[in-house]
Amino acid sequence: MSKNYLLFSKQESRLYMAFMHVTFASLLIGGLMGLLQTLVRSGKFTLPFGIDYYTLLTVHGVILGLVFTTFFIIGFQNSLMGKTVGISDKQRKAAWLAFWIMLIGTAMAAVTILVGQASVLYTFYAPLRAHPAFYIGLTFVVVGSWIAAFVNFRQLYVWKKAHKGEKSPLLAFMVVINMIMWFIATLGLAATVIVQFIPWSLGYAETINVLLSRTLFWYFGHPLVYFWLLPAYMAWYAIIPKIIGGKIFSDSLARLAFILFLMFSIPVGLHHQLTEPGIDPTWKFIQVILTFMVIIPSLMTAFSLFATFEAAGRKKGFTSLFGWFKKLPWKDVRFLAPFIGMLAFIPGGAGGIINASYQMNALVHNTIWITGHFHLTVATTVVLTFFGITYWLVPHLTGRRLTPKLNKLGIIQAFVWTLGMAIMSGSMHIQGLIGGPRRSSFSEYAGGEQVATWLNYQLAQAVGGTILFIGIILMVYIFIQLSFFAPRGVEEFPIADEEEDAEKSPKILENWYLWIAITIALILFAYTIPMFDIMRHSPPGSVPFDWPIGR
Amino acid sequence: MHLHKYEKIWLTLGLGSLALFLLIIGFAAFWKGTHPQSHIETIDPQNVEAYEAFKPENLGVREVADGKYIVNMVASAFNYDFGTDIDEKAVKTIRIPKDSTVLYQITSKDVVHGFQVAGTNVNMMVEPGHISRYETVMKNTGTFTVVCNEYCGVGHHQMYGTVEVYE
Repeated sequence: MSKNYLLFSKQESRLYMAFMHVTFASLLIGGLMGLLQTLVRSGKFTLPFGIDYYTLLTVHGVILGLVFTTFFIIGFQNSLMGKTVGISDKQRKAAWLAFWIMLIGTAMAAVTILVGQASVLYTFYAPLRAHPAFYIGLTFVVVGSWIAAFVNFRQLYVWKKAHKGEKSPLLAFMVVINMIMWFIATLGLAATVIVQFIPWSLGYAETINVLLSRTLFWYFGHPLVYFWLLPAYMAWYAIIPKIIGGKIFSDSLARLAFILFLMFSIPVGLHHQLTEPGIDPTWKFIQVILTFMVIIPSLMTAFSLFATFEAAGRKKGFTSLFGWFKKLPWKDVRFLAPFIGMLAFIPGGAGGIINASYQMNALVHNTIWITGHFHLTVATTVVLTFFGITYWLVPHLTGRRLTPKLNKLGIIQAFVWTLGMAIMSGSMHIQGLIGGPRRSSFSEYAGGEQVATWLNYQLAQAVGGTILFIGIILMVYIFIQLSFFAPRGVEEFPIADEEEDAEKSPKILENWYLWIAITIALILFAYTIPMFDIMRHSPPGSVPFDWPIGR
Repeated sequence: MHLHKYEKIWLTLGLGSLALFLLIIGFAAFWKGTHPQSHIETIDPQNVEAYEAFKPENLGVREVADGKYIVNMVASAFNYDFGTDIDEKAVKTIRIPKDSTVLYQITSKDVVHGFQVAGTNVNMMVEPGHISRYETVMKNTGTFTVVCNEYCGVGHHQMYGTVEVYE
């Protein structure tokens, strides 16, 4: 029997499911916050009990941007590693340690936010000062994820030693790339939080270098979005082909794309800081160019996905130009949800190109266009793919089956999500183009025509947000069914194979030292001089401010 | 490594348009001089009045030459200080004749703010310790809302002003 149908051991399943439970609890809480935000911004609803809008916004960003994503990704990636290279008892215990440290950190940060001591949004820009427990909690989440990363590295290392001369399984290779990227990126976050924020929030340091903290944050902030995206790509490259009855298009091309993502995800953070006063424009421009390099692996991915679809259709005997397209398994939610995600990435990616376009950025920076953008990319492309994964991963872990009824419900969920997001993200994009700001509670400002136009779009966002929340309830219901109630059985863990006659992948693709060295060289090139400049031209530091966030 | 013929065409087209695109924004930046704001000029956030432009009497709009204006502003949670009028009342609206060249100058006394004249390209981060500057020609008449577009605290959405461009 193929490994795809072989269930994990009980202990192993329990580990991966633990991550999934936190994921979907986060989705429900974070989604509820999102709903409330759109309602407040519609101007027709006021929060009860004096709850502050920005507390909700902080919960929404932290719990969906950091907790939901990270727990799903680490749980999913661990299951991929378990399936492809295996996990030892010791490694499993270390992974549990990672889980608990991340969970404790999450709880610390969440409580601090909920009691109103950390309404600083998920970017926590200094010199707004949250309670130290917020920063310490975040540190725990990151440290936990590092343990998970090193467990993954160790798993592949052990496998390689036992399989001398063989190439690593594609999915294991991809997981390791993503975790290397995550580790290198979070070093920047750790540096700013541990060296700058924690001592300053505790009162040991009087002032903080604001620009340095922002630059370190965005050194982490951009690879963060690729950390979300790459697990979706793993599914697109190596899972979806199996679901549609095809083969992996090209093993080496997939690996090359991931290597390029590793190299070009990190030395690009300045494109989030284009409108900041303290950074040399030449270096902003250089990082803009580096940013656009990720277009190359993105185009490679788009090509190989559609080539996979076509090849699978043609093998089933469809010869006409687009006949193969009709034969894709549209009624299988494991395919449909990620497919909608892929489509959303076309406008999503195009919007990203606009955002990073040096001059054009001034038109959209910090407008609600940006919020619309990442609700397309992360909250549609990535999230629908994660849902698509959930439909087979969770029953595989719980020894249950995705029944036709649940499959149908999943399809409804995918359409509800698409409709809600089209309305919400679409109106955010338009409102942003005409200047509507992001991250703001309801306000009529000084009134006037401009503001009146914005408010119409905010009403539309509330409609979209409500539909999306229905989608979240559906999804959480499906998750609960798949976890506890669906009929027992064996759901496939759909890992695709290569073609029998596939070309051998070049050995150099697994030369980790080389790729990591190039990645580090690019980071040093892109950041050394700007960082040096920032420190040399430092203004007097900033004292902490508590009162603006209501502390 | 083998690349399919169609893939080569696809990537060549993609990379070609990418190169063209970069050339265009590079041309706009380095030949036409269209950069986002970046002046790398620092200031003590606890003593912004020490800087000539941000002395209370220098805040607000001033005509410095024919058709050339400077607008000096100080941001703080949750207000833009545009100076005071002859009755000593806080100015909330900046009035500028159409087609004049305007240099916006702003800094923050406390936390990070944003300064955007909605519907125009005037969009800057305002950070404590730095001076943000952007020069532009106000070509269209109308009433433009100034919004703080970076979260600065519980009153963030109450931080605004108005720019009025008249014939």
